[in-house]
Amino acid sequence: MKDNIVTVQHLSFTYKDTKHPAVNDVSFNIPKGSWTTLVGHNGSGKSTIARLLDGILLPDENSETLIQIDGITLNEKTMWDIRDKVGIVFQNPDNQFVGATVEDDVAFGLENRQVPRLKMQTIVHDVINQVGMLKFQKSEPQYLSGGQKQRVAIAGILAIGPKLIILDESTSMLDPAGKDKILALIRKVQKENGLTIFSITHDINEASQADQILVLNQGTLLASGSPIEIFKDESLIKSAGLELPLFYKVKNKLIKRGITVPQEIDNEKKLVNYLCQLNLKM
Amino acid sequence: MSIKFKNVDYVYAPGTPFQTQGLSNISFEIKDGSFVAIAGHTGSGKSTLMQHFDGLLLPSKGSITIANQTITVDTPNKVLKEIRKKVGLVFQFPENQLFEETVLKDVMFGPLNFGFSEEKAKEQAIRWIEKVGLPAETMSKSPFELSGGQMRRVAIAGVMAYEPDILCLDEPAAGLDPEGQKQIFDIFKNYQKLGHTVILISHNMDDISKYADDMLVLEQGHMIKHASPKEVFSDADWVKKHYLDEPAPSKLARSLQKVGFHFSSMPLTVESLVEEISKELRAKGGN
Amino acid sequence: MSKIIIGRYIPGDSIIYKMDPRGKIIATFLFIVIIFLANNWLSYLFLSVFTLLAVWATKLKPKVFWDGVKPLIWLILFTSVLQLFFTTGGKIYWHWGILNISEYGIQNSIFIFIRFVMIILISTVLTLTTTSLEIADGMEWILKPLGYLKVPVAQIALVMSIALRFVPILLDQAVRIMNAQRARGADFNSGGLIKRIHSIIPILIPLFIGSLTIAIDLATAMEARGYREGAKRTRYRVLKWSKYDWINLGYFTLLTLILLLTRTY
Repeated sequence: MKDNIVTVQHLSFTYKDTKHPAVNDVSFNIPKGSWTTLVGHNGSGKSTIARLLDGILLPDENSETLIQIDGITLNEKTMWDIRDKVGIVFQNPDNQFVGATVEDDVAFGLENRQVPRLKMQTIVHDVINQVGMLKFQKSEPQYLSGGQKQRVAIAGILAIGPKLIILDESTSMLDPAGKDKILALIRKVQKENGLTIFSITHDINEASQADQILVLNQGTLLASGSPIEIFKDESLIKSAGLELPLFYKVKNKLIKRGITVPQEIDNEKKLVNYLCQLNLKM
Repeated sequence: MSIKFKNVDYVYAPGTPFQTQGLSNISFEIKDGSFVAIAGHTGSGKSTLMQHFDGLLLPSKGSITIANQTITVDTPNKVLKEIRKKVGLVFQFPENQLFEETVLKDVMFGPLNFGFSEEKAKEQAIRWIEKVGLPAETMSKSPFELSGGQMRRVAIAGVMAYEPDILCLDEPAAGLDPEGQKQIFDIFKNYQKLGHTVILISHNMDDISKYADDMLVLEQGHMIKHASPKEVFSDADWVKKHYLDEPAPSKLARSLQKVGFHFSSMPLTVESLVEEISKELRAKGGN
Repeated sequence: MSKIIIGRYIPGDSIIYKMDPRGKIIATFLFIVIIFLANNWLSYLFLSVFTLLAVWATKLKPKVFWDGVKPLIWLILFTSVLQLFFTTGGKIYWHWGILNISEYGIQNSIFIFIRFVMIILISTVLTLTTTSLEIADGMEWILKPLGYLKVPVAQIALVMSIALRFVPILLDQAVRIMNAQRARGADFNSGGLIKRIHSIIPILIPLFIGSLTIAIDLATAMEARGYREGAKRTRYRVLKWSKYDWINLGYFTLLTLILLLTRTY
């Protein structure tokens, strides 16, 4: 258990005035330092889980329920300690930009934690530099693109020095170029700061690069495993309202046509190399 | 009655310090009943161009022929309303425009504005609420009780309910999950098959190559290409030079080409890619 | 494309821009008080010269100041004309029923005209050279004493700065919603009053719902980033008082003294 930064057991949540739970008896672990992706269609309960992990929503009462983050069990008393360890990048770039300018927004979390001003200035400068927004330090949000605003959101989280970053559909409102840039930035800061990433998305291509995938459908966890294990079974992905990543589609279709493709091929490059070998051999 | 743009310029905020050129000398002709994609980067003028199709923006210079009418800088409001009846426009994140007490009333808003009788409007609304895949019981619900994906469908039904000859869509699938995306694109494709023209603004080259049969590419307010998606994506150097994405199957095909695969034509879809790969392997394997 | 500038702030770098918003706000208030000291030609002359010097020091084009006065010009003229016809005293030049044009009438109407224009000019100097955010910061400092009366000044200031930040977004949304409804055949420019009021509903409701969504999202994001209502916070942005602000206050103190000396008692 020591190697898991997040442990969730028997987690359920029902919204007020609804009959069915949005999250239904979900249990999973997130290994420290991993990139874990939670996939599911719109309304599958994905975002609710992000809010439960951070204590923004409180789970249905059940003595078996447990949420543990970096060794701390989440309850009303530990909520604020947990928020020092967890940062969330939300979906809408505009609606999480609190400050009047880039630097003000990055400082927001530090102000809340009563960090002295001099120390704030160094931290703010450093994290803005890390996300490549130094040129825009004094800019107001209405002059930034969606992707730039998400960079600022990431800087604001890095300023707190968290252990875990939750991406709550953080790239779904960006254009493809912006999406790729933000994911590349997250990978960079994950390495530089030794972070664990928990990404909630229905972008299946992003999921294919994860260490672990959790598949959620109507509040219940359908499956969890490595991309190879998850994408082996097209019907599983289909039942969750999702599609396979392109190269898995190609791989599975080739297998169906009687062409041998080894199961362990888990990225496009490997597939291209393998097909090249096959082509030469023939 | 095709759609024709002739030397269209559009200038934002003319005569102020914020004056910017939105569109420069755009000319093209779109055939009736086609599925046209408009591609380009953020800020390339795609949305500005779309708002010209139904006269929400009027060209600063040049003229547009659409739905048997001509739009110029001084086309009167009355004519514009007739055009809007025939040219439906679905904005990005259209769920933000819902306002009525019930889904049914919201979908009826457009038809009633365009002079449908109460009865006919209701009939059309019921029909399209069903066609976009919403269960019948949503009809009497408040649109704000629905999920984001369902709200999107209500908004789309609200435009399709007056069955415009030309349907313009700005990133209609943004934020939807793959299944939802496929479902609404099937609706649009079927609408085209019924003889309507569909115009799609999209960043997603996979969608464009899958559904469109004609394509306009914009860059900084200029139209830099007008061709079929197949033609556009067959010129990889051109695509790269203008920082456009390629459809994912073409990208994979391109990587295979580099390691010795030959393709008779650039595959745009998974099916054609798999077909080409196995053809090649079989040809060499001789079985 | 709709980068709308709020509070009509125009970027610049003259001495006025270097001044602290607190000083500028105080000076503006002071000006509005001392303007009532002026009551003869000489004091009005000084008042006008000081104001025009301040306008000149912004280094902005005169046209932007005229834009500030223009919308109010009819109101100003109307008030002046009332003064002209209804003030009595001194020589009477013209008389008809209750209306008359007198020596004092002419003088008063000119004074009122100057007073109005000068107040507009000075407050325009403030709004043109100070961002709304700076004004909010300055107001927070000025209202600080209210904290002793348990008024949550810091929270009000945060709310104000967030509200200011969302004005351009809401304007943008309003334009977009309006376009979407126009595309669905809505007509905002025809019909009688009732029909017109009715036609605003399809804009107002989505706008209201949109603001609610923003508020909920923002509250969630703020909480996730460690914001606790009522808890103590440190401040990243601070205001700095410099020599320019002493110049500013000195300038208006000097004007006060001159007005006190030149006015008629």
